[in-house]
Amino acid sequence: MALDKSYFDYPHRSYGMDHDRYDWSMLSDRKQVQWPEGKKLALWVNVPLQFFPLNQKGEPFKVPGGMTMPYPDLRHFSLRQYGNRVGIYRFLKAFDQYGVKPTFAMNTRLAETNPYLLHRIVERGDEISCHGYHMDAIHWNGLGKDAENELIKKSLDSLRKLTGQDIKGWLSPAKNESDDTPDLLAANGIEYFSDWVNDDMPYQFRTSNGELTAMPLTTETEDHFVINGNKHSEDAWVEQVCDAADFLRKEADTQGGRILALNIHPWLLGQPHRIAKLEKALEYITHIDGVWPAYAGEIRDNWMSQQ
Amino acid sequence: MKEDPGYFDYWPYENRPKIEWPNGAKVAFWVAPNIEFYELNPPANAQRTPWPTPTPSLPGYTVRDWGNRVGHIRQMELLEKYGIRGSISLSTALCDHHPEIIELCKERNWEFFSHGIYNTRYTYGMSEDQERGMIRDSMETIYKHTGQKCAGYLAPALSHSDNTLDLFAEVGTELFGDEGGIYTCDLFHDDQPTPIHLRSKKRFVSIPYSLEMNDTIAYVVNKIEPRRYGQQIKENFDRLYAEGAESGTIMCIPTHNYQVSYPHRMKAFEEALDYITGHDDVWVTTGREIAEFFLDNYYDASVADISSKQRTA
Repeated sequence: MALDKSYFDYPHRSYGMDHDRYDWSMLSDRKQVQWPEGKKLALWVNVPLQFFPLNQKGEPFKVPGGMTMPYPDLRHFSLRQYGNRVGIYRFLKAFDQYGVKPTFAMNTRLAETNPYLLHRIVERGDEISCHGYHMDAIHWNGLGKDAENELIKKSLDSLRKLTGQDIKGWLSPAKNESDDTPDLLAANGIEYFSDWVNDDMPYQFRTSNGELTAMPLTTETEDHFVINGNKHSEDAWVEQVCDAADFLRKEADTQGGRILALNIHPWLLGQPHRIAKLEKALEYITHIDGVWPAYAGEIRDNWMSQQ
Repeated sequence: MKEDPGYFDYWPYENRPKIEWPNGAKVAFWVAPNIEFYELNPPANAQRTPWPTPTPSLPGYTVRDWGNRVGHIRQMELLEKYGIRGSISLSTALCDHHPEIIELCKERNWEFFSHGIYNTRYTYGMSEDQERGMIRDSMETIYKHTGQKCAGYLAPALSHSDNTLDLFAEVGTELFGDEGGIYTCDLFHDDQPTPIHLRSKKRFVSIPYSLEMNDTIAYVVNKIEPRRYGQQIKENFDRLYAEGAESGTIMCIPTHNYQVSYPHRMKAFEEALDYITGHDDVWVTTGREIAEFFLDNYYDASVADISSKQRTA
């Protein structure tokens, strides 16, 4: 018994990362950032507006939150649509009540098929980013580079046309990528993306078409991750995001501006028994001294201007 | 394959020779931060798939990178605040990838022990020579970068062979004599040190490294809430502290800079550390120091006691 000797080759065992997408650095060693008007903690509330197709292919895996039952899985299809019909309107009220500036990560297919919701979001003037074509359009190496480029181009062209916004931000379905995704995003006019959850602050990411900014949209305090994945109570979610806000706010006193990123789903926290928990968290967080509610693109641009 | 690895004999947790830790401490308390490097594109291993989705498998890879970029310094400063030196379970390739982290830990006189080269290279399927070579590489790397003679082992990703503990102890002796390869963190059968049977008959000990207190087990496997984790740590300590009055116990918190250091988890962890270190009779120490103290003072008595309790049928 033995493994092939190549198992003991370590081709990337040298300084920095085992790929060339970005430079290795510790957050604590980087230049400190100052947010506008002396603010300390940027609040980035990111709201995925999602379409989960009933005829899900599930390649290369079933998207988290997607269909799990034999076709037709009406249960999950309709429960996800609940978010776009009902939950989102509870969200909008809460955002306006607490002065939150939401960034909507929208599946292009949802924008194409839900003109009322699209119009409502566009009319508000909040930032819209692209969340891929739909939740079953997962970016992975099996697509092939040309097909993936077509998918990205279609997603962006259509969303730009429908929203009238020059879409600069991207969030891949399931935060999944192929090896080419960042190169193709940059080639299609994207400036920042949020798939790599390896930092608490933005950083520059190399592509074959110039740099992207990687924006830190942590998964760890997502409603879906905490409440559905970890099976924690809604109150525990509130406790965790408030603890995170306190910690980051305090760290900002000595280490420069920080970002609290909350990725929250209308089909989950928009339920009648959960919306008050979101409101409770927003009330606490927006009353912390030095909080700066901002769009993702705004945070990114401000950060870039200081680099 | 064996029915039982044969590393330890049955040794009841009553009527053992009394252990007295330095300065009358009841509990030897140590924190073992795992500082790991997971590869984006590791080679395939027939018995274990590194990532759950096709590469690039970003969720797992990027969270672990977060730990090194962001989480490490937070945990390090917190441990320092409470006078705790970490005993690092190290993916030794990290010495090459991220030497800044190694330097910061060296400055604080932390212990480094081997956790293999990468946490995405499994022991499964290795020949004895291959595993010996991997272990030797990891121990030599620690020595080269830190000057420390690696005392402890936790197999990479807890992947073992039937030879793992023997090989680690033997390579330790070859490289560093009695100072190297003296304890393992791979066994979870006790709250006190245990002499381990090895083919070389080397004096070698298992030091409790609690899987139950491990943040990854708590957060990823058991999926518990941060404050409940903090509460479990306190309750684990309370009982070991009380029992330590009869005979010294060991409490270990194994951590990962990509789990415990998240902003939503730091508060609960800090409260637990504050609680533990607020007690008088706690020996805040490292894995190596516990192993050496036990080997110097209690190993022989323990072996004799264990032997006396092996009744023949």
